[in-house]
Amino acid sequence: MTKHLIRFVALLWLTSASMLAHAQLHITTEGVGNKRIPIAIADFADEGQSPEQISAIVKADLSRSGYFQIIDTGSAMSETSAINYPDWKTRGAFALAVGSVQKLADGRFVIRYRLFDIGKGEQISGFAETVYPDRLRLAAHKIADDIYEKLTGVPGDFSTRIAYVTKEGRVYKLVVADADGKGEVDAMRSSEPIISPSWSPDGTHIACVSFEKRKPIVYVVDLIHGQHPEVANYKGNNSAPAWSPDGSKLAVALSLTGNTQIYLISANGGGAPPQRLTSSYDIDTEPRFSPDGQSIYFTSNRSGGPQIYKVSVNGGAAQRVTFHGDFNTSPRISPDGKTLAYVSRRDGQFNLYVLDLATNQELRLSNGSMDEAPSFSPNGRYIMYSTDVGHRKSLAVVSVDGSVKQAFMNQAVDISEPTWGPFMK
Amino acid sequence: MRQYSAIALAVSAAALFAGCSSTKLDDKPKIDDQPVQAQPQQQADTRTVTPITTTNDTAAPTDANRSVYFDFDSYVVKDEFNPVIQANSKYLSSKKNGKVTIQGNTDERGTSEYNLALGQKRAEAVRKSLAATGVPDSQMEAVSLGKEKPKAQGHDEAAWAQNRRADIVY
Repeated sequence: MTKHLIRFVALLWLTSASMLAHAQLHITTEGVGNKRIPIAIADFADEGQSPEQISAIVKADLSRSGYFQIIDTGSAMSETSAINYPDWKTRGAFALAVGSVQKLADGRFVIRYRLFDIGKGEQISGFAETVYPDRLRLAAHKIADDIYEKLTGVPGDFSTRIAYVTKEGRVYKLVVADADGKGEVDAMRSSEPIISPSWSPDGTHIACVSFEKRKPIVYVVDLIHGQHPEVANYKGNNSAPAWSPDGSKLAVALSLTGNTQIYLISANGGGAPPQRLTSSYDIDTEPRFSPDGQSIYFTSNRSGGPQIYKVSVNGGAAQRVTFHGDFNTSPRISPDGKTLAYVSRRDGQFNLYVLDLATNQELRLSNGSMDEAPSFSPNGRYIMYSTDVGHRKSLAVVSVDGSVKQAFMNQAVDISEPTWGPFMK
Repeated sequence: MRQYSAIALAVSAAALFAGCSSTKLDDKPKIDDQPVQAQPQQQADTRTVTPITTTNDTAAPTDANRSVYFDFDSYVVKDEFNPVIQANSKYLSSKKNGKVTIQGNTDERGTSEYNLALGQKRAEAVRKSLAATGVPDSQMEAVSLGKEKPKAQGHDEAAWAQNRRADIVY
C-alpha cells in the first residue's frame, strides 16, 4: 500500500462529508452529462455496522459517471421499507435505490439492495451478496454497476480495476487500484522505468516493458503469483505489448532488423520464434488488436510523420487510417471496434482525439500540453489517459463524447501509463 | 450528447419493461440460503495482487567519450563525433570479447513508445558508424531508452539537446 497522503475531492455534486474523510486519490470532476437521470439513493439500513459506507460508495460512483443526479433521501431505507411512489415522484426521482447491511457471526456481511422505477411503481432490480470485509467496496461497486446498467442500458465498470505507473524519486511502481483510485496495491517495484502496461483479457496478468536490465524487455506480470517472466528479450528493443482478445498471443514491437517492426509472439514467451507482421524500412510500433482479433492497428512513419495504420493479423498490405494532422500515435480501439482513440500533435500540443471509423469524424477530447497513453474503459464510454500539469504527471478520464471529465492527482508522485482492466467474471 | 441521452433513456425504458427478469430478492431472506461469494481470505482469487520487487541496477555510466549528440528530429551521426566513434572502435578491436550496448535517447516531447522507436534510430546510427570502422555485430547491441531516462531534467531546449543522445555503454 502506498504511504502517500492522498486525498479525494469531487467538486460538483458530492454531498457526503463522510466520503471526504475516507478518501484516497485526489479526484476532481470537471463536467457532467447534459441529461442526468435523477436517482434517490437511501442510506442502507444498518450500514454503520460495516467499515465501509455502502450507499456513499454507490453515490460517489454514480455521481462521477456523469449520468446521474443524486437525490438525498434524508433517512435510511432497507429493502423491505414501504415505498411511497407518489412522494418520490414529487421529489423528482426517476429511480430509488435502497438496501441493508447485516453483519454475520463469522465476520462476513450480507449486503442487500433493491432498485425501483418510481414512474412505473415497481422493482426493477435487486440482489444480495455475502462478502468478507475486504470485498465490501467491491459489493458496493457491483450495486453501482447494476444501477448504471439498468438505467443507462450499458454495463457499469465501477467494479473494474485500473493499473498505472508511479514515479517517486527514483522508484518506479506498477500499481493496481480500483477504478475509483482506492485500494492501491503495488504489483511491481523497480529502480528503472516501467512503461506500456497492458492488462490481459482475463484480468490476472499485466504485460509491460521494464528497463531493469538497461534495455526495454517485455515482461508479463502474473498478478496472482507475483512473478514476471520475460516474454520478449531479443537483441535490441522489445516493447509495446498488446494482448490478443483470447489472451493467447501478444503483438510486440521488436528491433531485430535494426528498425522497429511489429511481431506476434506467444503470450507465455515460448513456442515459435516471433512472427513478423509488418514490413517497412523505418518505424512500425504500438500494435493493438481489434476486438474481433482479426486486425491490428499500429503507428508507422512510412509516409513521413507517424500515422495510424491497420493490417490483417495474417499480414499483407496495411491501410492508412488517420489523415488529419501530421503526427498521430498510440492507437487504441474501442471495445465495440467503432471508435479509434489516439494522440495527435497539433500546434505543438499533444492531445487525445477520437475518430468515428464509420463517419471519419474526429473529436478532440483533451487540452493539455502532453497528453498520452489512452485506455478505454471496458464499457467503452470513458477513456483514461496521462496528462502533464505543471510538469507533474497525473491521470485524467474523459467520456468519449467529451462531456464528463475527471482528474486523478497525487501531489507527491508522478502517475502515468494508465491501463483500464477488463470486466471480471 | 443530447441524442445519446435520448437513446440512453429509451434503452433504460426498455430495461424497465424487462425488469421482471431481474434477480428477485426474497422479502425475508434466510441467511443460510445466501450465496457465499467471497472465498476464504487466505486463498488467492482472480483479483489477488502479489507484489514483485525487481533487482536494482545502477544507472548506466555516462562519459564524454561515450556520448553522441543529435540535432532535433535527426538521426545522423555528425562528423564532430567521429573521434568518439574511432576511440570506441579502437577499444572494441583490442577487446575481441568485449561487448557494448548503444543506448539511444530522445527529448521529452512525444509519446513514450514512438520516442522509444526514435531513440532506437539514434542507437542504430551509432551502431552502423561503429560497424563501418570494422566492429563486428556480435560485439554490439543497439537499444533505446526513449524519453524514459533523461540525463538533463529541464524542460527547455538546453535540456532537450542534452537528451537527444546515444551513449556507448560497456
